Amino acid sequence: MPVTSNDAPVRTLASPTVQLLATDGTFAPSESAAEFLPYFDRLTEADYRAFYRDMVVVRKFDTEAANLQRQGQLALWVPSHGQEAAQVGSAHATRPQDHVFPSYREHVVGMIRGLDMVDILRMLRGVTLGGWVPEEHGNFHLYTLVLASQTLHATGYAMGMQLDGATATGNPETDQAVIVYYGDGASSQGDANEALVFAASYQTPQVFFMQNNHWAISVPVSRQSRSPLYLRAGGFGMPGIQVDGNDVLASYAVTAKAMDDARAGHGPSLIEALTYRVGAHTTADDPTKYRDPEELAYWVARDPIVRFRSYLEGLGIEREFLDSVDEEAADHAADVRRRALEITAPDRSVIFDNVYAEPHPLVVEQKAWLDAYETSFDGSES
Amino acid sequence: MSMPDTTTPPPETAPAPSTATLPMAKALNKGLRQAMLNDPKVLMMGEDIGPLGGVFRVTEGLHAEFGEKRVLDTPLAESGIIGTAIGLAMRGYRPVCEIQFDGFVFPGFDQITSQLARMRNRHEGGVIMPVVVRIPYGGHIGSIEHHQESPEAYFAHTPGLRVVSPSNPHDAYWMMQEAIASDDPVIFFEPKSRYWPKGEVDLSISGTPLHASKVVRTGTSVTVVGHGAMVSVLLQAAELAAAEGISLEVIDLRSISPIDYAPILESVHKTGHLVVAQEAAGFVSVGSEIAATVTERAFYSLEAPVLRVSGFDTPFPPAAVETHFLPSPDRVLEAVDRALAF
Repeated sequence: MPVTSNDAPVRTLASPTVQLLATDGTFAPSESAAEFLPYFDRLTEADYRAFYRDMVVVRKFDTEAANLQRQGQLALWVPSHGQEAAQVGSAHATRPQDHVFPSYREHVVGMIRGLDMVDILRMLRGVTLGGWVPEEHGNFHLYTLVLASQTLHATGYAMGMQLDGATATGNPETDQAVIVYYGDGASSQGDANEALVFAASYQTPQVFFMQNNHWAISVPVSRQSRSPLYLRAGGFGMPGIQVDGNDVLASYAVTAKAMDDARAGHGPSLIEALTYRVGAHTTADDPTKYRDPEELAYWVARDPIVRFRSYLEGLGIEREFLDSVDEEAADHAADVRRRALEITAPDRSVIFDNVYAEPHPLVVEQKAWLDAYETSFDGSES
Repeated sequence: MSMPDTTTPPPETAPAPSTATLPMAKALNKGLRQAMLNDPKVLMMGEDIGPLGGVFRVTEGLHAEFGEKRVLDTPLAESGIIGTAIGLAMRGYRPVCEIQFDGFVFPGFDQITSQLARMRNRHEGGVIMPVVVRIPYGGHIGSIEHHQESPEAYFAHTPGLRVVSPSNPHDAYWMMQEAIASDDPVIFFEPKSRYWPKGEVDLSISGTPLHASKVVRTGTSVTVVGHGAMVSVLLQAAELAAAEGISLEVIDLRSISPIDYAPILESVHKTGHLVVAQEAAGFVSVGSEIAATVTERAFYSLEAPVLRVSGFDTPFPPAAVETHFLPSPDRVLEAVDRALAF
């Protein structure tokens, strides 16, 4: 089990963690994985290639975005290094008709749902508070920066699916469900708990996908919970399952079952994906100040990409494919960098536009005042 | 005011002139029912609003008529109510959330101010947030802590929200329907001490847009302004003043964000005096905002400083002493006298 840096030990029960790949990449399903094997069996070699590609591409993107921040081109960056398997596996378990409510670190989930990664950088470059239209990008909703707020939006949205009769009709091709991402830190927020109460009460078609990356900025998960987080699900009256979040196949299989169950009308469930934030919380902090290097080494040795690459190599996937993915990732990152640098500041009218749907006199007056004020200076830009 | 008249839902059929004499609670109930009939996307959400009909019975009968899919008795969690309403609004619904008492809105404050108010802006106009948050507010009912508060300034201070408060059954009936028809979030303060007095409701026409303030008694000496339950206090004060030969012009704000200043400024140009009354604490209050704005816009018309009559800058006190805390007609007249003596 993962080590943590807190002085008091976390009580661990007999580990039921669902795992399909051992850390060396060999296929070795845990006992707890039995019920998820049919979902694993759905996967084809093409899926494996897609999983691998997505993980490698986002790892490279992540590095490029951090570089952009260090070079003063982004206000902030939120690294996802280390969490690729949890995110890629779970995202591939969604269907086009599903809705995805991210926190703010699920870059590859957005990519898999059809989002241009430059759109994510627009918010972090300070030119928008949002960045994309969810319905035009795989129903991938906007990042939410107040932790756990989105869990309630997701639950409300799932309630709407029920009211619309858009779920639990028995047709898996059209039945809808919601997946909401949050983390071990956000699990302590009232909103996360209220969302679980509402979801259980209304039996919403919804999966709570909690990435336990072991750190809420500088505070270890043991400060958030004295018991494994997935056990909380039982208290709310829904199934909870713990999965090895650095195992992309297990992350897929567990989420696929939970989403299928949600679409079929069996209600919500909670998945705790054990993973690790290898990088900083954001580019604004320094994890060497609070983390034990041994703990980092433990997790780096369990790198999700290395593990899955070993698995693919064991399957005999050709070297050319693996190399081509590296090349694609480098091209993608370079393309994102080039286009990120082309992002320009919006017109000042964005200050006032869309605060209200219907005109609000104060905002209308202030916009007119600012226009007059700014244009009163010679040579000012309009 | 230049509000589009889309805030007034057009009647489905040619209106037959009709009036009813109703208490505000019943007028609100009829307004909610009419909104639910007009639009199947309108939902009620809140604590005890189902078979009980809410602690003030404002949703009485709606659960029986529309069923549990449109009248949701929610878990007891205000942030949960607002947060899920936001998700429902994203999905195309128009939720009306009941907060049981004024002092219970704060567990939902983050979702209202950080999420509900900003969601459209964050989406660069890509979503609408037609959510109404109903809050029974104010004193005069002799209740316990957290049951008599006036927290409107917190919400009026938040960009993205609209804030309104009716003072009478007719406005309550129409303003509720207009608030539900608005594509922006509306915080709807219901003056709970006015739930029970009856008034005439014209069921055929509103007569006043949602965000318009309104002169409810004309006068010449001093303009007095307030909203919600304070309007009846101001009208009582005007009666008393008239007996002493002082003519008060009473303006019902109706809308706290935005504030419709035109009738207020017009009145101040005429009277040269303005007194603003409110139950809320005066410091950083809606009354302070009106005083500042009227001073900016009507400085040369004013013959005296704008005066505020407010609750004190203390927690709402134990009910046994609430009459000392709440602005009374006499407290309003004390300010009127000071303004005229300036």
